[in-house]
Amino acid sequence: MRLARRLCGVAAIFLFFLHPACAERLVLSLSNDRVQIASNFVGENLVMFGAIEPDAGKDLHQGGYDLVVTVTGPRETMRTRRKQRVLGIWVNVDSREFVRVPSYLAVLSNRPVRQITDAGTLRRLQLGLDNFLLTQRIGPDIADTVRDDPFRTAFIRLQSQHGLYREAGDAVKFLTPAVFRAETPLPANVPTGVFTINVKLFAAGVMAAETNAALEVIKTGVEQYVAEAAVAHGLIYGMATMFLALLTGWIASVVFRRD
Amino acid sequence: MQIYLPIADMPVNVFLILGMGLAVGFISGMFGIGGGFLMTPLLIFVGVSPAVAVATVSTHIAASSFSGALNYWRRRAIDVALALMLLSAGIIGTATGVWLFTELRAVDQLDLVIGILYVSLLSAVGLFMIYESLKAELRTRKGLPSLLRRPGSHSWLHGLPLKLRFKRSKIYVSAIPVWGIGFIIGFAGAIMGIGGGFLLVPMLIYFLRVPTGTVIGTSMVLTLITMASATVMHAVTNHLVDAILALILMVGGVIGAQFGARTGQRMRGERLRLLLGILVFLVGLRFAFELVVQPEDLYSIRHVGDM
Repeated sequence: MRLARRLCGVAAIFLFFLHPACAERLVLSLSNDRVQIASNFVGENLVMFGAIEPDAGKDLHQGGYDLVVTVTGPRETMRTRRKQRVLGIWVNVDSREFVRVPSYLAVLSNRPVRQITDAGTLRRLQLGLDNFLLTQRIGPDIADTVRDDPFRTAFIRLQSQHGLYREAGDAVKFLTPAVFRAETPLPANVPTGVFTINVKLFAAGVMAAETNAALEVIKTGVEQYVAEAAVAHGLIYGMATMFLALLTGWIASVVFRRD
Repeated sequence: MQIYLPIADMPVNVFLILGMGLAVGFISGMFGIGGGFLMTPLLIFVGVSPAVAVATVSTHIAASSFSGALNYWRRRAIDVALALMLLSAGIIGTATGVWLFTELRAVDQLDLVIGILYVSLLSAVGLFMIYESLKAELRTRKGLPSLLRRPGSHSWLHGLPLKLRFKRSKIYVSAIPVWGIGFIIGFAGAIMGIGGGFLLVPMLIYFLRVPTGTVIGTSMVLTLITMASATVMHAVTNHLVDAILALILMVGGVIGAQFGARTGQRMRGERLRLLLGILVFLVGLRFAFELVVQPEDLYSIRHVGDM
């Protein structure tokens, strides 16, 4: 039975239309596909609802399902540095560049990913922070390292401390056997740009279906105006800010004039 | 009340930032300094990235120094010739500083150099001011006249060539130390994100013997010009000036500065210098502490493309 499921799963990935016997479909809906950063933004919870639909005439898989939702923010290049004591003071002696890694990464599942499927599958599908490909520049090469590489673990730890990386084995909840809800906080320092959401459905440790969605984090109102002006018209923006400073100074000297 | 800063990309409490502006403004008005050496570390402490902090503080200092400079202008307490002379070397210092800033950033040693500069400059200047003002304080206790400006007591600085006369300050000094001081201020300003008033005022007093009447006004003009141009430069090159953050800081800063100036005028010069010396020294110590004590986390992340 398990072998049959696995075969179906492989088929589902490559030839799902030729093998309708075990095909499920995933439907996903976001609470908000455009997160707007206005002047009162202090972070937001991203809520996703989804449903598992068996094909016409089929039943839901008897053993129940597992879900892994990976939310990936816009890619950025970041450098992780390590301090060491040199002549009594703490100095950055070593650094490693993480090339085009997600600025936000959340791996959400209904139970810890290790319990969902085997290590090889997790590795291949990049499920979980340990298995997600974080490319580093090592000399002339760009590659990921072993998962317990000190720079890699430090990078994940620091990003997690800022609320930017997280792995939650209890963030996906089944409301009914076929309807689920997933939730992840987007912190106040969330990067702006396009976020991708990937949902993978597992049945008995084998991937049965997959779907993708996207959401956009953008600045609006005054925040958008200021941020755009600062980048697009640096000189005018700089001059305007300077005159604002002079004006403030001048008003203060007039208001508080004592002679 | 939280407000999201568009360039710093983070929400802050408006009243916290306003309060920081007021407090630093009070100190800056009291001592006639910009207060960048306090404001930049404070902003970094509340979570603003160092690059945005350095760039935005320059705007804040431009506002407070303009307000101060206008007051001193009305009282004719500004030596324009001296300010321009300092400025001419200050520009070269700033350019050197910006160049070194970029180089150090590339090799991840900027934090270290900023730390060492803060420690050495602040503790040296602080200790020197404490020493000088205590000496003056003791003299007044004994009933002797203040010795700050002894006629005819010339140091070796006054023996240098290229002598110039600055009428408003009533001093006759060589251009070399003037340029030297201007260079150091420009350099320190670019690297440390400070206006340099706390360095400039004591240097003008102790090395050039600029009288107390014109020293603060002149220092403010120099600070105003360097910080106003720094604002524009930072905005053009790195897009790092946060206008919203700057505005909140400025409003707090200029109000605080007025109260600070009133308090300052009620105090004797020696006492004021002693207090400033202690303050500067303490900030220096704090930076020394940071360099020597093992950091909580040995690792840190830097976004490539900013500081």
